[in-house]
Formats: sequence, C-alpha cells, structure tokens
Amino acid sequence: MGEKRILLKNVGVIDPGCIDDAIRAGGYEGLKKALKMEPAMVIGELTEAGLRGRGGAGFSTGMKQKFTSESCLKCPQRYVVVNADEGEPGTFKDRVIMEQDPHLYLEGTIIAAYAIQATKGFIYIRGEYHESIRKTEKAIKDARKKGFLGKNIMGSGFDFDVGIKLGAGSYLCGEELTMLESLEGKRGHPRIKPPFPAEKGVFGMPTLVNNVETLANLPRIIAHGKDWYRKLGTERSPGTKIFTISGQVAKPGYYELPMGVTLQELIDLAGGMRDGKAFKAALLGGAAGTFVDATMLSERMTYDNLREKGATLGSGAVIVMAEGDAVLDILHNCLRFFKHESCGKCVPCRVGTTQLVKKADQLRNGQPGKAALLKQMVREAEIMASTSLCPLGQSPVLPLESFARYFKEVK
Amino acid sequence: MSIEEIIKQFEPVQHNLLNILHALQDRHPQNCLTEQALDETARYLKLTKSSVYGVAKYYTMFSLEPRGRYIIRLCVSPVCELLKANQIMAVLEKNLGIRAGETTSDGLFTLELSECLGQCQEAPSMMVNNEVYNGLGEEEVQRVLVRMRRRKKK
Ligand SMILES: Cc1cc2nc3c(=O)[nH]c(=O)nc-3n(C[C@H](O)[C@H](O)[C@H](O)COP(=O)(O)O)c2cc1C
Ligand code: SF4
Ligand code: FES
Repeated sequence: MGEKRILLKNVGVIDPGCIDDAIRAGGYEGLKKALKMEPAMVIGELTEAGLRGRGGAGFSTGMKQKFTSESCLKCPQRYVVVNADEGEPGTFKDRVIMEQDPHLYLEGTIIAAYAIQATKGFIYIRGEYHESIRKTEKAIKDARKKGFLGKNIMGSGFDFDVGIKLGAGSYLCGEELTMLESLEGKRGHPRIKPPFPAEKGVFGMPTLVNNVETLANLPRIIAHGKDWYRKLGTERSPGTKIFTISGQVAKPGYYELPMGVTLQELIDLAGGMRDGKAFKAALLGGAAGTFVDATMLSERMTYDNLREKGATLGSGAVIVMAEGDAVLDILHNCLRFFKHESCGKCVPCRVGTTQLVKKADQLRNGQPGKAALLKQMVREAEIMASTSLCPLGQSPVLPLESFARYFKEVK
Repeated sequence: MSIEEIIKQFEPVQHNLLNILHALQDRHPQNCLTEQALDETARYLKLTKSSVYGVAKYYTMFSLEPRGRYIIRLCVSPVCELLKANQIMAVLEKNLGIRAGETTSDGLFTLELSECLGQCQEAPSMMVNNEVYNGLGEEEVQRVLVRMRRRKKK
C-alpha cells in the first residue's frame, strides 16, 4: 500500500508562509462551501463522513459538534479550542501540518466554529513548537487580511476570530479539560469529568476541543463530500491517518495512509528495518500506548481492530524496536515519563507512578522473581487506573500490561 | 524593552498569563522570571502574587532561578533513549563540565532534560533556546557548542 496524501498533499508543494499559494492549491474552498450550507448540514456531512478524532480517543467528530452546538442554548458564547499540544512521545504529525500547511487546519477550525456557531476560538500550542507558533501566527494574520477571519467572513454574516495560547512544558495539559485550565491562565490541574467541555468548557461555556489533524480533515470533507471521503479507509474508520514512525526503521518520518494499513506495510514504506535488523517490538500510540510483538505485524491498524486485539492506535505514533534493543528499557522510560508528568494532585497516581519506576529499576537490575514482580506491577497499575482522578493515572497500565503479555521473559 | 512595556503588549486578562510569562522569560538575558516581573504581572492582571508564582512554578519551561544564556534541552523520551541519547548526554556533560540541571560558571549554558520534542524522525534531538538540533552525534554536539561560544564573543 502506498502513501495517500489528502491532508498533506500540499507539503513541499506550497510555501506555507504564503496564503496566496495556499489559495491557489484549493485553500479555503471548503470554507466557502460550508458558509453556504446550514450549520446543521455541515455537522451532518461530517457525521456521515465518519470522521473520528485524531487526538487519540477516536470519538465521532460530527457527534461532538452536535453535542456542543446543542448544549446550553442560553449561554452567551461558544468556543472552539484547537489541541496543538502534541506531547505524546513519538508523535509529530500535528507539527508537520502546522509547519507545512497551517492554512489547512486554520480553515478546518473556522469550519468547525461555523458548524457550532462559535465566534471565538483558541489554538493551544505547546511552547517548544516555535516554528509551528510562528507559522500559525502568520497564517492567522494573513487570513484576517483576506477576510477568512474576523467580522462577516466572506460576506456570510458569520463572525469568528482566534488567538494563540502557549503551553509551557506539561504533557498533562494535552488532556482536554486540563488544557482548558491552562488556557485560562492557571496551573495544569485536571478538572473532574463530567461535565465535558461540550457542556462546560473554557470560561464555563460550551466548548469544542479538537486535535489539529482532526480539523485538517474538515476542508477536504466539505469540499469533496462524504462519499468521496468514505472511499478511503475502512467502514468504521474512514479517511486517512498520518502515522509517525520512528526508531529502528531505515526512513523514519510521517506517512499519510488510508486507515486499515498493517504495521508491516507501514514499516515497509518506512524503508524496512534499519540496517536490515530483525523486528522485535513496536510501541503503538506513544507512552500512553501499547507494546506489540511480531505476531501483530499483519493486523490492520484501525481504532476498533487494534482495540479488539488489546492494542491502541492512539495518536498514530509507531516506535519500532529491533533485535538487540531492550524493550524493558523503553517500558522503564514510559513509566519514568508518567512519574515526571504526574501533577501529584491525587495519591494513587503520585505514589503509584513513583513505585512503578522503583519496581522497573528492580526489573532492570535483574533480581530473581521477575515474573512475579511484573505481575504485581500490572496489578498496581490496574488499581491506579481505577482510583486516579484523571486519564494520566489510567495510562501506565497500557504499556505495562501489553509488555507483560508479549515480553514476559523480560529482557 | 522594560518589563512594563512587555506586559502592556497583552490585554490585561488572566488567560494571557502564560503568554506573558513566556514573553518576559524570553527577553530576560538569563532566561528566567524575576520577582519584579512576577509582581508586575500580578498587578497588571489583578491576580494575587501567590497565584502567579504558583503558575510560574508549575510549568517546567519556566524558571524562577537565573539560567544560562543558552538553555540546552536534551530529549530523554523513548525514541531518543532508543537511539542513544545517553551518549549525547555524556558528551554534553563532559564538554560543559556540568550535570543536568546546572549552569556553567561563565553563565553561558544551562543543561536540562526534556520529554519528547516532537522531532523523533531524527532522534536523538535537543533544543538550544528556540533552535532544534536533530540526528545528533558527538561531532554535531561539539560543533553546536563551539558555535554558541563564538556567538557570545561578538
Ligand atoms: C494525558 C493526556 C494527554 C493528551 N494529549 C493530547 C495532545 O497532545 N493532543 C491531542 O490532540 N489530544 C491529546 N489528548 C486527548 C484529548 O484529551 C482529547 O481527547 C482530544 O483533544 C480531542 O480531540 P479529537 O476529538 O479531535 O481527537 C490527551 C489526553 C490525555 C489523557
Ligand atoms: S491522575 Fe495523576 S495527573 Fe491526574 S490528577 Fe491524579 S496525580 Fe494528577
Ligand atoms: S522521543 Fe525525543 S524527540 Fe521524540
């Protein structure tokens, strides 16, 4: 299976800093069309296209818009928030979009705002992504000049404007409710769910939170229609996905492929294994993801198929390990990552993440009774998952349990 | 630019706090947030000093302590670890004569560890202030440090 670039078709073709280039390549055609449709029709089109959130959870984008547009009808304001915090290790797809074709996701943001009738929005970009921030600033400025942002967009009577908010080095702030806290100028402590952002989001108003890649799909779906879109990918996971593959492959990078590609096909596209080494393992979806071994190479990578097989698609990160690599070191690194990123607000996660790193140290030191220790770690991570306040505390069990399933011998 | 001039570029609303702190820190020669900067920010946004301090302390990109002119942030997340970030760490520590978290005595470099910088296609990676350096090997690291030291003399 070869690459199928619908989102990334302009990469390397247009100058990302030039809005006229973007327009010549079809930019803002989707918006033009959307503004002639009823907002509910836009939502209907996206729902029927079957687009699912690319931030990791895979929730229906159209349904989320519907909830947000229908909640709290007496609220004076609705917001769109773009999740550009991209902190999941191994993930860099949103950066590629922001650096190479910022108008694409900006156009998607405006379409989403129109669909839920939001007049204000924020793009929350992680502070380390300087190039993404610069390109997005320029794109916003140029879009305002062209009348794609601001009052009475393209003569439609619809008003919308957007501002950039910077993150400052917290992975947890990628979680949508925590992001809203941070965006309001507070510490990144999670809010309790429910209420969901659709009901009570930024400043207590109904808020639509979407990932950059999710929004980048909107202009294409509106411009070409749901039937065109559904021809790509699978029945339950239509469209393409940008995979970021890294580690022991010959050509690590980003690859946009129809949903349903297999892990083996992705590795082949990435030039095969580095230096002809043998495949040993992959970590799918980053630190909050799952390990797989060679038995999973021919599984189709869709949200549902991977979930059924006890794995995750997540953000589309694929970290490949080869014969000779210590998978245990990577597990240890994931657990260390969670310890570092835990906000410490609740005991199970604060204590649990620390304990898991200590035990992973013991695993690495090769003391006897490793199998029993690993089992105990999985049990503890399960308890942590059920007692923690927010999804970060529910994450360590994912790499741990899958590691235990495939790499029991612990090397 | 004075602290006041920097702050006044932003509307006085709490949701601008992180953007303001970034702007203040970026313009400080020692890449940090001073007491005066935080106090003026609190006054401008009509927030308590303690809430502004709380935010500044919470986020890892902000520092209340003076740091070097160049902040080196080496990624230690899984992909970089897999591709030998620890060797790059050793080169940096040896060349600079400091450990992670420390600043060189000439005030030029601070060495920090970072989680995934989103550059995993060419791991291992590091940032020096706003610039990204990928596919690091020993030579590349030495070259970057030489270049930074030269820049200072100008
Ligand atoms: C700890 C944690 C970190 C997350 N980080 C991100 C992130 O960096 N980017 C992102 O888009 N979603 C992230 N998410 C998922 C968001 O909470 C949310 O599901 C997503 O922004 C929804 O957008 P979508 O429906 O377009 O996927 C994270 C979730 C958790 C629990
Ligand atoms: S689960 Fe962890 S990150 Fe989430 S609130 Fe509790 S301590 Fe903070
Ligand atoms: S793991 Fe180091 S840049 Fe992603």
